Amino acid sequence: MDFTFSEDQYLFRDSVGEFLRNEVTPERIRAGWESPTGRDDALWQALTELGVTGLTVPESHGGLGMSAVDFVLLAQECGYVALPEPLVNTALVAVPVLQAVGGELAATWLPKVADGSARVVCGLANNQLAEDAHVADLLLWCEGDALFALHPGQFTARANASVDPSRRLYAIAIEPGVEPVLTGAAANAVGGLAMRRGALGAAAQCLGLAQRMIDMSVAYTSDRQQFGKPIGSFQAVKHHMANVAVRLEYAKPAVARAAYSLFTDDPGAQRHVAHAKLAACDAANLAAKHSIQVHGAMGYTWEVDLHIFMKKAWALAGTWGDSGFHKACVMDYLMYDDARLGATGTFS
Amino acid sequence: MDLSYSQKQQDFRAEVRQWLAEHVPAQPLQTFDTAEGFAQHREWEATLNSGRFGMVTWPEALGGRGCDLIEWLIFEEEYYRAGAPLRVNQNGIFLLGPTLMEYGTEAQKARFLPRMATGEDVWAQGWSEPNAGSDMAAIRARAERKGDKYVINGQKIWSTRAVWADWVFGMFRTDPDSQRHRGLTFILVPLDSPGVTVRPIPQLDGLPGFAEIFFDDVEVSEDCRLGDEGAGWSVAMATAGFERGLMLRSPARFQETAKRLVELYRENRASADRDPAIREAVMQAYLDAESYCLSTYQTACRLSQGGKIGAESSTNKIFWSELDQSMHATAMSILGARAELWPHAPDAAGVGSWLDGWLFSQSGPIYAGTNEIQRNIIAERMLGMPR
Ligand SMILES: Cc1cc2nc3c(=O)[nH]c(=O)nc-3n(C[C@H](O)[C@H](O)[C@H](O)COP(=O)(O)OP(=O)(O)OC[C@H]3O[C@@H](n4cnc5c(N)ncnc54)[C@H](O)[C@@H]3O)c2cc1C
Repeated sequence: MDFTFSEDQYLFRDSVGEFLRNEVTPERIRAGWESPTGRDDALWQALTELGVTGLTVPESHGGLGMSAVDFVLLAQECGYVALPEPLVNTALVAVPVLQAVGGELAATWLPKVADGSARVVCGLANNQLAEDAHVADLLLWCEGDALFALHPGQFTARANASVDPSRRLYAIAIEPGVEPVLTGAAANAVGGLAMRRGALGAAAQCLGLAQRMIDMSVAYTSDRQQFGKPIGSFQAVKHHMANVAVRLEYAKPAVARAAYSLFTDDPGAQRHVAHAKLAACDAANLAAKHSIQVHGAMGYTWEVDLHIFMKKAWALAGTWGDSGFHKACVMDYLMYDDARLGATGTFS
Repeated sequence: MDLSYSQKQQDFRAEVRQWLAEHVPAQPLQTFDTAEGFAQHREWEATLNSGRFGMVTWPEALGGRGCDLIEWLIFEEEYYRAGAPLRVNQNGIFLLGPTLMEYGTEAQKARFLPRMATGEDVWAQGWSEPNAGSDMAAIRARAERKGDKYVINGQKIWSTRAVWADWVFGMFRTDPDSQRHRGLTFILVPLDSPGVTVRPIPQLDGLPGFAEIFFDDVEVSEDCRLGDEGAGWSVAMATAGFERGLMLRSPARFQETAKRLVELYRENRASADRDPAIREAVMQAYLDAESYCLSTYQTACRLSQGGKIGAESSTNKIFWSELDQSMHATAMSILGARAELWPHAPDAAGVGSWLDGWLFSQSGPIYAGTNEIQRNIIAERMLGMPR
């Protein structure tokens, strides 16, 4: 039993995290809002040069062969800076989907992901819209009982504006005659895998977002004075932030365990992911609610950076399985006669 | 990361499970807030100790097994799964014991720990005073040095299980001119000393679960001082650290409550589902109990690898106490009109022990440092907000 990340995993997180904090500044995110694609090719280029786009690609295809456990700490860092680029989607969802499909598709595209020459993203009809379809060289699209591997030109993408200006979302219509790469049970299985992976990615990003909002609120309330004192010295303000810290602290291990369950194909993985997504989104939503409150009117402005992080948290709550989806999964388990409940039910 | 149990851990679990199956009393003991129940629980401590299961983390020389924290968690899981009795001496074994091991002299360890392990000495905790609750540094009870003795005068209050306990450990002001947390000393006092008066205080359930202790020129010898004179605050903080940290409330307890709650809900679906909030709360209870378990394992692993318990441990007290309260509130909602009935009432079929648990859960956010104080600590020490 060792429920800790390794020194190496932390070191890696720290070094990529430092890069992200330096490069992905609120100013750069705002600049992206004004650009037509909303994506920053120079940033993606830099990420591929760091090797992070190919982290989860198997070594046999030129990547680093990292697992969900290795990557989940990085996904938190992506959340912390509200990274607009589809790194989490590519590494945590699209790459495992390619691996699951295997064959020529994997052999062609995995090396391109690893060397940064192609952007591959995955979308689910369950999410209604696909993230980043406009910049994808390959869009893996799960719809009903079919999985499609779509090249630009094989689909039309209708843009939908999100509350989070960094999120670029598209309704996908596949051109007539394009055949799926998988159908039936095989496609369903891959769709399920994509959902679990995407939900883990969203959960991990929410941990980072919540931490960022706490940090911003602590900094702001230590600085801002009213009644002759920093407002952060008032207990009502402190307790708002302490409540966020509590929810965040207890969401973290759920996310780590979900990553481990995906890595080890644990039979409880779906439920563990549901737990992680619900707990992390709760923490991030509470962080948003209390952070805007302790910022006062400043928090309600476009000018102050807080909304960059709040809006991503709000958006992630509903995608990759909304709360109803994940709660139903947990509830079904609790109603199941062989559910392992109680003091000895957590680990197998 | 490896979330599987080693063979050694599995063997240990099997051993604990078997021993408990053979020894846990078939009939639940009476509550330890009665004289008979207290005696029964004391006897149970002796039984546990005879199997070397009294305090598995203690060294073998003291009747323990030198278990690490993961094995301790496994023990706790089996213990709650088996429905074994609550620990009457928890203030001793979980709080004072570890403090003695850290700050006690060899003679003190030899004198106090073995008798604590067998339940021969049951310990009460004496921090609070009428005017020193959350503000513990306002302690006024005095211990005056006279030769190789201390003479104690003053009053403690809310001392759990002090009505039938043998000893109390507490903090007393040894330097009459001192302020706040300076000049306090950690002293162990036999409750049968001349000059000690224990006045029981009935709790919400009507039973005397805690007591006031009056000290009237009570003499204790110098060797009952733990740590240096005037250093009581830092010694006590170590105890508070253990309390908040890990030992006091292992996750198993809440996971068993969550399990009983799921079962209660399943048995009462037809009526419970009329209130949609109940279903949601049952699910949240399961998830939060699971989170608490995961977090504790994570902390235990970190500590085993040489990490330290930090300010984030203050989140723990808030989390379990509020979880406990909300689980019992949900059970009360499910039971509806039966919820107010004591289990011995003639028409109280199926109410289980939820009412008792509900009453006790009201105290969780108060004892061991109120949740408001914990929130202050989180904001100031963990998040670094201004004082
Ligand atoms: C079941 C039970 C068992 C106990 N067992 C023991 C025991 O064995 N030994 C022992 O020594 N004590 C024991 N206690 C006492 C316990 O430690 C105290 O009750 C606790 O520290 C709070 O002190 P108080 O009751 O005086 O409340 P107060 O300190 O008067 O607090 C009342 C309210 O004011 C709030 N408050 C106070 N100060 C602040 C502040 N600075 N900021 C924000 N809010 C504040 C509190 O959070 C609380 O809500 C026990 C209590 C209970 C309920």
